[in-house]
Formats: sequence, C-alpha cells, structure tokens
Amino acid sequence: MNLLQGKTWRFGNDVDTDLIIPARYLNTSDPVELAKHCMEDADPTFAGKVSPGEIIVAGKNFGCGSSREHAPIAIKAAGVSCVIAASFARIFYRNSINIGLPILESPEASQAIAEGSIVSVDVATGTITDQSTGKTYQAAPFPPFMQSLINAGGLIEYVKTKMK
Amino acid sequence: MGMTITEKILAAHAGKEHVSPGELINAKIDLVLGNDITAPVAIREFEKIGVDQVFDPNKVALIPDHFTPNKDIKSAEQVKILRDFAKKHGIPNYFEVGVMGVEHCLIPEEGLALPGDLIIGADSHTCTYGALGAFSTGIGSTDMAAAMALGEAWFKVPESIKFIYYGKLPRWVGGKDLILYTIGKIGVDGALYQSMEFTGETINDLSLEGRFTMANMAIEAGGKNGIFAVDEKTIEYVKARAKRNYQIYQSDADAKYSQVYEWDVSKLEPQIAFPHLPENTRPLSECGNVSLDQVVIGSCTNGRIEDLREAAMVLKDKKVSHNLRLLVIPGTQKIWQQAMHEGLFDIFVNAGAAVSTPTCGPCLGGHMGILAKGERALATTNRNFVGRMGHPESEVYLAGPAIAAASAIAGRIAGPEEVGVR
Ligand code: SF4
Repeated sequence: MNLLQGKTWRFGNDVDTDLIIPARYLNTSDPVELAKHCMEDADPTFAGKVSPGEIIVAGKNFGCGSSREHAPIAIKAAGVSCVIAASFARIFYRNSINIGLPILESPEASQAIAEGSIVSVDVATGTITDQSTGKTYQAAPFPPFMQSLINAGGLIEYVKTKMK
Repeated sequence: MGMTITEKILAAHAGKEHVSPGELINAKIDLVLGNDITAPVAIREFEKIGVDQVFDPNKVALIPDHFTPNKDIKSAEQVKILRDFAKKHGIPNYFEVGVMGVEHCLIPEEGLALPGDLIIGADSHTCTYGALGAFSTGIGSTDMAAAMALGEAWFKVPESIKFIYYGKLPRWVGGKDLILYTIGKIGVDGALYQSMEFTGETINDLSLEGRFTMANMAIEAGGKNGIFAVDEKTIEYVKARAKRNYQIYQSDADAKYSQVYEWDVSKLEPQIAFPHLPENTRPLSECGNVSLDQVVIGSCTNGRIEDLREAAMVLKDKKVSHNLRLLVIPGTQKIWQQAMHEGLFDIFVNAGAAVSTPTCGPCLGGHMGILAKGERALATTNRNFVGRMGHPESEVYLAGPAIAAASAIAGRIAGPEEVGVR
C-alpha cells in the first residue's frame, strides 16, 4: 500500500474546499455521494473521468477554506490515491492525515509533473518518480508523530490504541 | 526567551513551562464544537472509537446553524444526529432553532469562550474567539471525534506574525476593512500554519465586534489562529457572560515573531474583495461600476449588533435599489431581539430588506438567498470562492456592513457618501 502508481490530473493554486466539494452537496456525509461531485466546480467532468489509483497534482495552498472533512473524503472516495501539491492549507493537511489520504508536499514535483504523466509515489519515504520523464522528487518527510498516526491507520485507530 | 500569547496558552494546556514554534504537543482543550455539516461525520467517527461517553459533556458544543431551519430532508437528518447525540450524552450546549445562532456569534455570547482558553472547532472560522485572547482554531471532524473522546488534541506550535496598526480609522472604516487590507497585503496563504497577532493603537480603540471580525478571517490568510491581547473591553465583554474562571495571558516583550508588519491606517479606505479570493482586495475608490443583484448583511464575520447598527445608519429613510435583494441576517437570537428593540428592523423593512432568522444560509450557498448563473452579490461574509453563494458562474464581493448597505441602495458597489449619508 506504500507504493502508489497512477496517472495524474493537474489543478492550479489555491484550490479551495468549495471547489473540491461545493456546499450544496454537504447536506449529506455519505462518501459515495460526495465522490460523485469531487472537484465539480474546478472541473465538472472530473468525477466522471477519474479512475481508481490516479493522482492529483496541484499548486500552492491546496484545500484552503473550510474545515469540511468532506473534501479529503470526496477525493479519497473518488479513488484518488494521493495528492501532490506545492503546499497544503493546514486544516486540509490535518484532515488528510487523520483520514488516511496520502498527501505529499513538493514544490518541484508540483511544478514539473505534466497532466497525464504516470507517477509513482513511495509514501513512506516521500519519493515521487515521474515515469514519463524518469525524474524523481523528494517530498518533505512527515515528523515521527504524524508518521505514527499514518502507520496506525489514521487518528481514530490511533486514539483506540491510546484509550486501551 | 519570551513567549507569545499563543505559545503561553499552548504551553499551559500541554502542562509545559515553555514551548517553541515547530514543537508537536498534546494539549487539553476547554471546548470542542461542531455544526450540522461537520458534527455528523465526527459523531460517526466517535462511535468507531468505542467509548461510552464524551470526556466532559460541558466541554462539547453542538450548533446546527448551516442548513437550519432545516432546508430539506437530508439536512433535517443531519441535525437529528446532533440532537440525538446531545441527548444521549447529556450535552447541555446543543442549540435548537429558536435559541440557535451562527456558531461563532453564539459561542462568545454564551460565555463558552473565555480569555486563555484552548478551543477547537470543526469549522474553519473557530479562530474567531481569538478576539477574547483565547487560542482557538479550526480542525476537521475526525479531530473533533478524537477530542470528544480524549479531551485533548495534537498541535504543532505555530510561529507568530505580529501586525501593528496605528492611526485613527476614518469614518465607515472598521475591523472588516483592516482584515481585508491585511489579507490583500499578505495573500490567502500569507500566514499559512502561523498565528496572527493583532496589535497597535488602532486595535486598542477597536470594539470587540471589530476584533471578532478580524480574528474570524485569520483563516482566510491561511492562519492557524488570530489573537488579541486582553484589555478592559475584553473584560467588560466576558464579565457578564463567564460562568467559570479564566486566565489572562500576554505576549512577552522579548517574544519572537517570524515577521512584523506595521501599517498606518489613518487614511485607509473601505476595502472590497473581488471574486474569487479574499486577497483580491481593492479600495472603494478603485472599484469602478460593479452592479449587484443581491446584498447580504450577516454571518459569523459581520452579523453582530454593531454591524446591524452600522447598516441601519446608512439605510435609514432610504430605499433598496429596484430589483436588488437585500437580506439581513442577525447572528443570534439575542442579536435579533436587540436589533428589534432598537427599531433597526423598521429601518430595514422600510428600506425594502428581508430580515431572516439566524442561519449561515447564503454565506456558504446553503439556502435562503442562492445566486443564479451570472448573478453578483456583495456580502459581509468572509469567502468569495467560486460558487460560494450559489451557481459556479455567480460572483461574490466581500465588504463591511456600511459598504453593503450603501451598495444595496445604489444597486452597485458604493460607499455611504455616494448615497448621501455622511
Ligand atoms: S456564517 Fe458562513 S463562514 Fe460563518 S460559520 Fe456559517 S457558513 Fe461558515
């Protein structure tokens, strides 16, 4: 599960949570429903064309705006295996780690990887390889505490072990 | 070495003498809150943990404000999850329609946020309570679930940016203009992961309402929290509301800041954020002719009594422009009642405005004032993202209540002077 590979879809800077999952769909929290509208206001065709395992590559401040966990949930439920961005908004970053959506911060990869490239990602080491060009990029590694959250399978699993 | 107010509050809640930026800590929380969008997810996750009780029913608040009064069957079911959970766990701070308000207006009003507190909320604008000298920040639903079980949460101690404002603000310029100006200067990620500390003589003169407005929008610059020092105004505000003890923290003179901004705001013009980011700010004089279909006065940013008074001052004996909808949404029931007693509703209704019960409603494009394709709104809210108030091809402009009221009269973006108000 630590090695991911998939085709990429590109998005720009400051992709906000209203673009990822518009509020008009927030009267439900069902992941399957949310996935149908994933990225709808950024690209209305996205949910129809994304295939399981594919990867989102975006610019700076991805996931800015609301605290809605529905945003990473929609992305994960749409089958996206991982998000690579130049930077992430902080609540989105937290939420992704908490629910187990792999995210990697790499300004270089964010800038260089083209749409439709096949990219492989080693989540444990943060190494990103663009199979189309052969180039590799190194994302900032997670601090040990966050790595332990990720290893536990997200915050809920981590809390479960803590409550025992 | 000295600490900032944010560092001191985090250290105290983590049981430490000292913390530094970058440090990961576990800290005890004084309050965790959620709304009708985020709490259902949190409750689902909480139930997976397998504990029977929340850590302290008095330190959990559930506020159904986004789609309430329930706009459809799905929303009604979301709210029911909150209501049932509150009943099951004996949570007193569940706020039903009728006593409910927009969460970030309601929590301070109820005395649930106090100086020195550490508060987390599954809503990004939880940063609002920094106006009271508390550390408060938005988190997600899973964090809320974990906090309801443990009574604590993990934090990375943020670096702090200090903002110093000086000079007396011109007429019709307030907290909203200060924060829009700030976001315009530093950008929507200008304070990413950092704490924004607002200081200076202009801030000392600013009302609590103005401070709530500013702290509220710290997240729009990517900030983790926005915070103000506690002064007599803060004490005055919390005195009548606090039902428990609180602690006052102040930044040390030798506290360390990653950046310091200093601005003379004595000549600041009203600020308007153009679509589709809060950083796209322009002074009023550079807005040009922007015609409008709707104006919204309300939200957790500007739905407080002072905001309504300011709007009423402009709208008195005036009429809303033909074919423009003006919606006024007081933030809480108490604010609603106060506005009624002060006769503000007469002014609004005579002008041709609709006055609503408290709700987030149009602020997030939920209900009660959705935009059609191609329509344009000016709102006193905090976000103007694509599709925020309705159709993905509609537009939202952000401003303070005086500009909103004047624009409703003019039918285009305008200041009070332009509609004959001095
Ligand atoms: S008023 Fe708007 S910004 Fe404030 S809590 Fe409600 S939806 Fe969020």
